[in-house]
Amino acid sequence: MAVPVRRRAADITAFLFASAATAFGLLWLFWILWTTLKQGAAALTPELFTQMTPPPGTSGGLANALYGSAMMILLGVVVGAPVGVAAGTYLAEHGRHSRLAAVVSFLNDVLLSAPSIVIGLFVYELVVVTAGHFSGYAGALALAMILLPIVVRTTEESLRLVPDQMREAGFALGLPRWRVTSQIIYKAALSAILTGILLGIARIAGETAPLLFTALNNQFWSANLDGPLANLPVVIFQYAMSPYDEWHTLAWAGAFVLTTFVLILNLLVRLLARKGTYR
Amino acid sequence: MNATIARGADATAPLSRGAGADRFFELITAAAAWLVLLLLGATAVSMAWGGRLAFQTFGWRFITSSEWDAVGGHFGALVPIYGTLVTSAIALIIAVPVSIGIALFLTDIAPRWTRGPIAIAIELLAAIPSIIYGMWGLFVFAPFMAAHVEPWLIDHLGNKPIVGALFSGPPIGIGMLTAGIVLGIMVIPFVASVAREVFNAVPAPLRESAVALGATRWEILSRVTLPYTRSAIIGAIFLGLGRALGETMAVTFVLGNAHDLSVSLLMPSNSIAAAIANEFTEADTDLYRSSLIALAFLLFVVTLIVLSIAKLLLLRMNRQFGRTH
Repeated sequence: MAVPVRRRAADITAFLFASAATAFGLLWLFWILWTTLKQGAAALTPELFTQMTPPPGTSGGLANALYGSAMMILLGVVVGAPVGVAAGTYLAEHGRHSRLAAVVSFLNDVLLSAPSIVIGLFVYELVVVTAGHFSGYAGALALAMILLPIVVRTTEESLRLVPDQMREAGFALGLPRWRVTSQIIYKAALSAILTGILLGIARIAGETAPLLFTALNNQFWSANLDGPLANLPVVIFQYAMSPYDEWHTLAWAGAFVLTTFVLILNLLVRLLARKGTYR
Repeated sequence: MNATIARGADATAPLSRGAGADRFFELITAAAAWLVLLLLGATAVSMAWGGRLAFQTFGWRFITSSEWDAVGGHFGALVPIYGTLVTSAIALIIAVPVSIGIALFLTDIAPRWTRGPIAIAIELLAAIPSIIYGMWGLFVFAPFMAAHVEPWLIDHLGNKPIVGALFSGPPIGIGMLTAGIVLGIMVIPFVASVAREVFNAVPAPLRESAVALGATRWEILSRVTLPYTRSAIIGAIFLGLGRALGETMAVTFVLGNAHDLSVSLLMPSNSIAAAIANEFTEADTDLYRSSLIALAFLLFVVTLIVLSIAKLLLLRMNRQFGRTH
């Protein structure tokens, strides 16, 4: 029994549309990655990692920006990740059926997608205005605030994937709840929790908007987190928006380094997630 | 060992000691959970407080006036609000059908072994930092639009009634259309991944019944899958909208930072996030700074509402599927 022509035409149209939509989505990915790779590879030099960001018209590197970014990401993780893991633990374990957990779980997802520029302004009001100057600490705090909801979400999910039998087995041994959580559940979910933190690092590494008014930028080498700190995203932004060709080249080099770092982290996360016992 | 001995001596002692540590552990984790709430609330309050000067000075004119004059001290946010809404609308017009197409492709059409890699590739679109989108948009995509797409639009649509006004003006590449398209690309992975997940969650008997009745793939999508997953798909669209409204860097690069209200999509404009990113460090008066923070307040409140609706719709879908979270 043949399907009438009109229905078959609709079906083929849907098939073609879905294939075209997927090709359309992939096209952008490859176009953007190709551009970054081509422009970035041409701009890649050893000086990139040894010299400071130059004034217009001279050559230089991105050493100070890379260092500043690394420090702020590190500090952001040190501040944000433990709080996120603790809050995620509350949502999945201790407060599992509480009203607070339900509300936090809901609003955490909202915070997850909230505009990062507003978080930058909040930290500006909170830290920069109070301290009277821009600082790497403020930038790190803004990054921690962006990392937090990601870690909360992934921690909650990884803990929920641990079977309840393991908790019951712990309780049956007479262990108090906190030891069940810290010694059994955390161990079982460890790789998933770490994966979540890695995912968070990949996200905050590329965040620009929250650093604009917190860490600001610094043309010179500075290891002082209590002052304006150079960082890769803001340098890329300023250099790309400038009219100078040398700066554009450096911006592409920075974009290449940043994209490579973020993509490798993302692929690593997927690899780990596939290996993980509870994913 | 001590615990065992103590338990032999007094059965309640170790229990109460465990309970003390338990209480402490619970307090710590609950405090962290409270902190999430506190940060969200504090951000809203801090934006409202920072923007109070602008709200007091201009009242409703702050959102109805299009005059943005830093020298004269008049700030009306109509242009950035308009630009935000228009670019987000363009983004959704592009992203929603494409995302549903991708989800259909990944659940029904693609050979099974290609589904995983393609899904990862689409999700990587979300991993690329927005500043990379911005740079690519400024140096590659905007010139491409100016050279190939916009002249065609002006020639073929610019002289039509009604839609003509949307596609008039010089083909400069930088403008609301380009920004909307870039935003659309950025939103695709978010909508597509939710859509794929809920399409996969449609109970097999439902689809099999449709197949048994002789339905084609298109009929299964339009009459079974989409009606069944409607609330989650709308949730995904709201999620995409929330993302598009607040996106900053990509838009800042390709929108042109112009404070003129123009109907044409080809003209430069501004968005709330881009205005803040561009002007906040240059804002030299209290009123100027306050106006930008007031904009951030509006943006924050609107995105919170949009994202809450998204979350509610997605939760409803989860409950429908009988999931626990």
